[in-house]
Amino acid sequence: MGTLVELQAKIAELEEKLKAAQQFVVKREKIDVMSSEVVDTNPYSRLMALKRMGIVDNYESIRNFTVAVVGVGGVGSVTAEMLTRCGIGRLLLFDYDKVELANMNRLFFQPHQAGISKVEAAAQTLRNINPDVDIQTYNYNITTVDNFQHFMDTISTQSLTGGNVDLLLSCVDNFEARYAINTACNELNQIWIESGVSENAVSGHIQLIIPGETACFACAPPLVVASHIDEKTLKKDGVCAASLPTTMGIIAGLLVQNTLKYLLKFGSTANYLGYSALIDFFPTMKLKPNPSCDDSYCKIRQTEFSSKPKLITDDQKVEEEKPLHEDNNWGISLVDESLPEGDCKEEIATGISLAYALPRQDVDVSPGSASAADGINLDDLMAQMKSI
Amino acid sequence: MVDEGTRKTLSGIPLLQTKAGPRDKELWIQRLKEEYQSLIKYVQNNKEADNDWFRLESNKEGTRWFGKCWYIHDLLKYEFEVEFDIPVTYPHTAPEIALPELDGKTAKMYRGGKICLSDHFKPLWGRNVPKFGLSHAMALGLGPWLAVEVPDLISKGIITYKEKEPEKAT
Repeated sequence: MGTLVELQAKIAELEEKLKAAQQFVVKREKIDVMSSEVVDTNPYSRLMALKRMGIVDNYESIRNFTVAVVGVGGVGSVTAEMLTRCGIGRLLLFDYDKVELANMNRLFFQPHQAGISKVEAAAQTLRNINPDVDIQTYNYNITTVDNFQHFMDTISTQSLTGGNVDLLLSCVDNFEARYAINTACNELNQIWIESGVSENAVSGHIQLIIPGETACFACAPPLVVASHIDEKTLKKDGVCAASLPTTMGIIAGLLVQNTLKYLLKFGSTANYLGYSALIDFFPTMKLKPNPSCDDSYCKIRQTEFSSKPKLITDDQKVEEEKPLHEDNNWGISLVDESLPEGDCKEEIATGISLAYALPRQDVDVSPGSASAADGINLDDLMAQMKSI
Repeated sequence: MVDEGTRKTLSGIPLLQTKAGPRDKELWIQRLKEEYQSLIKYVQNNKEADNDWFRLESNKEGTRWFGKCWYIHDLLKYEFEVEFDIPVTYPHTAPEIALPELDGKTAKMYRGGKICLSDHFKPLWGRNVPKFGLSHAMALGLGPWLAVEVPDLISKGIITYKEKEPEKAT
């Protein structure tokens, strides 16, 4: 044990450290009304200047919007920070993961936050950056049966107006979670933007999904931006996924840019925007929904959409309805050759291909299938499995 | 992608018919029965072929599964706990099979010990919705993963043989 004098010196030293640490905790007060006044102390002056520049009509309306960010990782955390700095009204953050030191090659989180849940760590930082934003956190896995219903209830009631959120941003890193979001959004008629970065960290995409109007996530196999790497040369020894702060930051930037354009109604919102880092290539396209989509709610939304009167906004839309060739002197037609699978090498737009091809949906009831006779009791089966 | 041996194993596993997930109430019960029938047949096949390698059981609703799997290497049996949830989007998406005790021991895993299935299994699953069930996930997902990862983990000394009966210790 140290002597009294040593302990006193230690206390003095710690008090000094505490004082120094507290100096950094400068709390900005809440601001009631966004002002366009150009002074150094106004956090919104540069944003409100968008109005004077003629880009946005009514920037302060951003405070009326609620955005849900699902997945607060490399893309989601940066997305949430950008929206917070832009002064979004309410943010709902969903994630079930904890911050780890292995996340430090990406932006936003800091080493001292390791071990805290991502949503909690993010909420602390974001509230500090902009206390005007109402941040709600949901720390659970949305794909399990119990949590999924809560997730649906939350995004359909927790907006500032008490209804569906204005936009949902998918920043998750796996197929299961994307599919769950897709299911929820089709059911709730919730517009969302899907985002993703490839496992090799050199390509990514964003995709606006308006249920019934644009292709949903279940309409086609996942799209990949041609990576210009032979898949066979991709060695994954020792790692499941690579990541770069650059690619993730770029995708988050594209995602929030389109979110702002969509919410504040300026410019045109991208339907599908890809990014290939190796050759700096940004393919874009519009994806139509699949009339035989697997998701039953997607088909319901498609029917709803097709019965709605449509506003023809550009010439392109009219052109799409025309047959590819006006005359067909030789009677050439496409013949279904009944390929067992579609060719996934086929490009659907320049630089974009399907991740894999789906088989043709033939109704085949193979003799070896487990036909569950109604007489069989589930409990008996469970008991039988247990006793093997 | 699928070799002859796997093809043979596959042909012995009953395919499923009902496209239903845990949110589909009645139809899910139907699917669950098919899952159990398929699993029971697969385990029986394995036993007959002297290649018994896992046991699984579920909660009453069939939404949470747990059990054991084992892998024989140099005549020693390495056993692991298996667990996974049935996602709400099942069977469109495959279950994420986890071996929690290996979490952090191999990079071919996601958080919580979920094994990496993206390359060798998920596209195959996607093409076979809803015909593939849990038995296929075990045969084509977990099985190959164990065959590649366990010998590697043993050779690196990351996992070691745990004696069940003390007299076997040398």
